[in-house]
Amino acid sequence: MSVIHLEELEKSYGDVKALSGLTLDVPSGSLFGLLGPNGAGKTTALRILCTLLEPDSGNVTVLGLDALKDPCEVRKKLGYVAQEVALDKILSGRELLQLQGDLYHLRSIERNARIAELIERLEMGSWIDRRCGTYSGGMRRRLDLAAGLLHQPQLLVLDEPTVGLDIESRGKIWQILRELRSQGTTVLLSSHYLEEVEALADRMAIIDDGRVIAQGTPGQLKQNLGGDRVTIRVREFSDEIESEQVRRVLESIEGVSQVVVNRSQGFSLNLVVEGEKVLPKLREELQKAQFELFALTQSRPSLDDVYLQVTGKTLMDAELETAGQRDTKLERKKTMR
Amino acid sequence: MISPDNAKLPETDFQSPMAELIQETLALTRRLFIQLIRRPSTLIAGILQPLIWLVLFGALFSNAPQGLLPGGVTYGKFLGAGVIVFTAFSGALNAGLPVMFDREFGFLNRLLVAPLQSRSSIVLSSVVYITSLSLLQSLAIIWTAALLGYGWPGVSGILLVAITLLLLIFAVTALSLALAFALPGHIELIAVIFVANLPLLFASTALAPLSFMPSWLGWLAALNPLTFAIEPIRAAYRGPVDLSTILFHAPYGDVNGYGCLTVLMVLTIGLFFLIRPILNRKLA
Repeated sequence: MSVIHLEELEKSYGDVKALSGLTLDVPSGSLFGLLGPNGAGKTTALRILCTLLEPDSGNVTVLGLDALKDPCEVRKKLGYVAQEVALDKILSGRELLQLQGDLYHLRSIERNARIAELIERLEMGSWIDRRCGTYSGGMRRRLDLAAGLLHQPQLLVLDEPTVGLDIESRGKIWQILRELRSQGTTVLLSSHYLEEVEALADRMAIIDDGRVIAQGTPGQLKQNLGGDRVTIRVREFSDEIESEQVRRVLESIEGVSQVVVNRSQGFSLNLVVEGEKVLPKLREELQKAQFELFALTQSRPSLDDVYLQVTGKTLMDAELETAGQRDTKLERKKTMR
Repeated sequence: MISPDNAKLPETDFQSPMAELIQETLALTRRLFIQLIRRPSTLIAGILQPLIWLVLFGALFSNAPQGLLPGGVTYGKFLGAGVIVFTAFSGALNAGLPVMFDREFGFLNRLLVAPLQSRSSIVLSSVVYITSLSLLQSLAIIWTAALLGYGWPGVSGILLVAITLLLLIFAVTALSLALAFALPGHIELIAVIFVANLPLLFASTALAPLSFMPSWLGWLAALNPLTFAIEPIRAAYRGPVDLSTILFHAPYGDVNGYGCLTVLMVLTIGLFFLIRPILNRKLA
């Protein structure tokens, strides 16, 4: 049974299309990773699902409820940890949690018991009574996670929960998310960190240009790729022209597929090799074409390969591409109500 | 077979919607007061500014010829009512600022993602907070004015002062909250507050009676809501309250105490209806 069902979501901000036909199913009890570069539409999708934003068109079903018709019921059952943590600098962490508890209408005894429990669980005891303005990124994020968990939601949604965090806080948050899953809470998190999705998620979707382009378990997605991943360099630092020449050579070999020039890695070449005799053949052909083989690595497919396969670029390249074009001012505006 | 777990009532409480509304409104109001207590500069400035007005401006005309002002009062006494109203007015005009900062810093999203019984609690908490704050500041001014020898309105007078101020505060708070949701950022909101503040003071009867003004300014002052709040309070300071006495001679006719309060009431209700679409759009 799916806890979240997003169907054909469309959303534009002015001329900028954030979602174009996004469809997603999150099964109950899963720890679901939504992987994609910045600007792919992850945050917009999560904001729609958390009833903060209305799509231009499409259906949103959360926990069996129509989130567009019955947003208030959805809010009661859902915890949301936003990307930009908005804390009140003047309040202490404990006061913020008390406020949050009152907004979710917890009885004060229950509220205080929950707060005490979460302070211990997230190891916030030594600083929870200090003002939020003094907190580090990791503290802020832990506090925000506690706020999202206060009312014991059946579904927890986190937008990039560990961006820019110290190792310790990240580990703590990962641990809590795993515990939640084992207790039966469905967790949906977005991330542009492959390692995070790899380490945590039992199901995942890759999102690009406002659409889901692949979903399944990480294992399935990797298996679907088939073949081994091979990275080749003909020289320590090649240029694009040379790499393109090598690409043409490689593409002519039987058993080699998906040859991609990887710009972010000094124009090395990524390819997929199927069959045992392909590699010797490859060495031979390169020699014939008068290319040296400076380096060759071979590995089983990783999530990065999955990403490369479905989008035609590496996640890092996608990040670099969007980094220059992001209009942070506009993004801030569009999240303002 | 029924397991004991299923037999238990669900853990979620069944509070009445009213209890939930009160709980969330109190929690939000509490937050605003914690902010005020830990960052009291707003409160201090809000009291200090009108005090300076009262002391310096009151002294400015202290040697003016006797009998110049209607009723033969001293300028300090005349000014008191104006400064009280101005205090409440500028306090209420700032009501939108915390809301605007919550919008800008994303704190509002935290409120919007919560299952609030009604999002009016966001507006309601601001109204409760600003009303108590403005009343507190006005009270400080009333008390200081009494110490300076500018008079004391008496018990029934205080009641009239409170009612008048409440109406004005509600109206201005509504306006400010609407601006906080309609304007793009705090810079714009502060600009509007800045531009609205002093001209509204000057184009009212706070600093001088209508009879001193050229007719164009007299028209403006006689249409200015501040005038309708100042005159009843000034009357309360003059002596026993009688709302049927004429309080000022506007170019369009005489206005008595009932007239002033009615105008303020209509303004308040009208503004709340006017801002509803804005709030509904932003908080829907």
